[in-house]
Amino acid sequence: MRNLSSRLSRWLISGPPLLYLLIFFAAPTLIMVFAAFRIPGDYGGLLPLLQTDDAGKTEVLINAGNWHDFITFENFGRFFEDSIYAELFLKSFWYAGITTLICIVLAYPLAWLIARSNKKTRDLLVLLVILPFWSNFLIRVYAWMIILGPQSYFSVALNHLLALVGIEPVSLLFSQFAVIIGLVYVHLPFMVLPLYANLEKHDMALLDAAQDLGANAWQRFWRITWPLSLPGVWAGTALVFIPALGMFAIPDLLGGTNSIMIGNLIKQQFLDSRDWPFGSVLSIMLTLSVLLMAAIAGWAGRSKKERA
Amino acid sequence: MALLEIRDVVKTFGDFTAVNHVSLSVEAGEFFTLLGPSGCGKTTLLRMLAGFEQPNAGQILLDGKDMSQVPPEKRPVHTVFQSYALFPHMTVAQNIAFPLQMAGVAKADIPARVDEVLEDVRLQQFAKRLPHELSGGQRQRVAIARALVNRPRLLLLDEPLSALDAKLREEMQLELINLQKEVGITFVYVTHDQGEALALSHRIAVMNKGEVAQLDAPETIYSYPKNRFVADFIGQCNLLDAKVAEVGGSRMKLEIPGVGLCEALPVEGAQVGQSGTLTLRPEKIRLAAAVTHDADEVHFKGKVHDCLYLGDVTIYIVELENGTLVETMLPNSAPGRARFFDDNDAVELAWRFDAGHFLLG
Repeated sequence: MRNLSSRLSRWLISGPPLLYLLIFFAAPTLIMVFAAFRIPGDYGGLLPLLQTDDAGKTEVLINAGNWHDFITFENFGRFFEDSIYAELFLKSFWYAGITTLICIVLAYPLAWLIARSNKKTRDLLVLLVILPFWSNFLIRVYAWMIILGPQSYFSVALNHLLALVGIEPVSLLFSQFAVIIGLVYVHLPFMVLPLYANLEKHDMALLDAAQDLGANAWQRFWRITWPLSLPGVWAGTALVFIPALGMFAIPDLLGGTNSIMIGNLIKQQFLDSRDWPFGSVLSIMLTLSVLLMAAIAGWAGRSKKERA
Repeated sequence: MALLEIRDVVKTFGDFTAVNHVSLSVEAGEFFTLLGPSGCGKTTLLRMLAGFEQPNAGQILLDGKDMSQVPPEKRPVHTVFQSYALFPHMTVAQNIAFPLQMAGVAKADIPARVDEVLEDVRLQQFAKRLPHELSGGQRQRVAIARALVNRPRLLLLDEPLSALDAKLREEMQLELINLQKEVGITFVYVTHDQGEALALSHRIAVMNKGEVAQLDAPETIYSYPKNRFVADFIGQCNLLDAKVAEVGGSRMKLEIPGVGLCEALPVEGAQVGQSGTLTLRPEKIRLAAAVTHDADEVHFKGKVHDCLYLGDVTIYIVELENGTLVETMLPNSAPGRARFFDDNDAVELAWRFDAGHFLLG
């Protein structure tokens, strides 16, 4: 009886969020999977399977004889036929990867500093890290357009410096450089916070012990702090890499014509080309490749543990 | 030359003097204990030996070499931390291999040396476990093995047994004594537990308020405490106010006000009329309804004020005629006997003239 009521209360508590995920995540994903096998409609959307005439009578258009006029594998074929899509995937992975790496390098010392500060400074620093969230994402990206624009003090000063050493002036905006700056800027807090949460829990006695046993500063970091912070690094990597991979607003605003990412292509398919099925294919491939990467990372982590 | 020499070392934190002009030396192979209440400076002294704190004045010499410019990682000194500080992401074997790797021991030699020390602490079958998979006592032994494996000149132990329960602590004490004999490494042990200090050490430095109150062998510290602090801190001790009544010869006479005269061992420099404290361990006092006593014994009357039954012994608090309370004890070794007296029973006390120890001042 008690068992039953505890099971019931568990379902009551986890029910609403589960239902939410089912309706707004699982169902749309499934719809997208089905859409990937359909044919685009004449004016966007999907070629309808049903038709309702003026009298309100609904007719099923698809049948056993003509199903391949409605269902096709060609969308996937198109993805693999042209290497341009694979190249775009690789480029997006490169952008997301380099962004993640830069975020780790920048966030680690900052997270360490926050974790080692006293309570008051710590709260202030955490507040500063999350402060950018208080203003709109697009406004912050537009701010970067101004900072990197050719008229900005930053660009002018940089080009002056370059002129002194005899290098041609550069245009910062609408370049790969600008996209990576934007990606790093937007995602940095998502690396700092999990790292800080991890580093804050570290037992300082371990560093004393390592030093006592003969480890210098570098060895203390590399043998003790770094391996113990890996869960934080992985959490931050997931929070930065995955959103960065699908980002389209930043390449749209800061990137040039040659720095678009998969996100831009997907957006194009749905909004501009009105090719929902192919947009769905791209989305599915993106999801699959992220899952594949997570699986590889998980497998690598496990086998490393077993070897130890 | 002593292995370790601490010369007039001072350490202050702001206005607080943690260690105040401490000088002592530790011989090679010794089991040396720094004993004192919390805040007495023993841990600060230990951290200075490890190199985590720098003295404000004075010198620390190891093998005759000044350590002031040597950082912790370069000192041939390893520490067993109170919290053990085992590396949670490394197995027992990896933890123990760590100091060897840091010292640049050849990779091929490491497993044999790890095995050897694992055998010393009887943990061979736990080599592949992670620290969180071990019991408290096992973790303790890993911490000791890790600190010993590279054969430091000095092993520092910072209250290493304080996290263990009483039974395990006793077991580990015996193990520590045997291990120290076996490896022959000099131990400097910090504790606030006087029983532990007495049981383990060759010599003890009792510390109070940053100073060494007494430095002696355990028996001497226990039987002949140099001052009220040591007498009071080490074990149970009766402290009776007394005055010197007669000096000269092989015994001196003391007067305990309101009780009477008693004989005691002479104290150098004692003058008639000086006041002081007679320290007397409970177990050195005999207690009976009527004690037969000889000329060597001091003898007083009193009445039972309180009893404390402890199982193996019963503590009797006896009130002397001047109202002073004296703690004594009787073993409950006779079958069926657990309580010889009740509250307010008239009793007699006796102790040998050399049982106590008179402190001037």
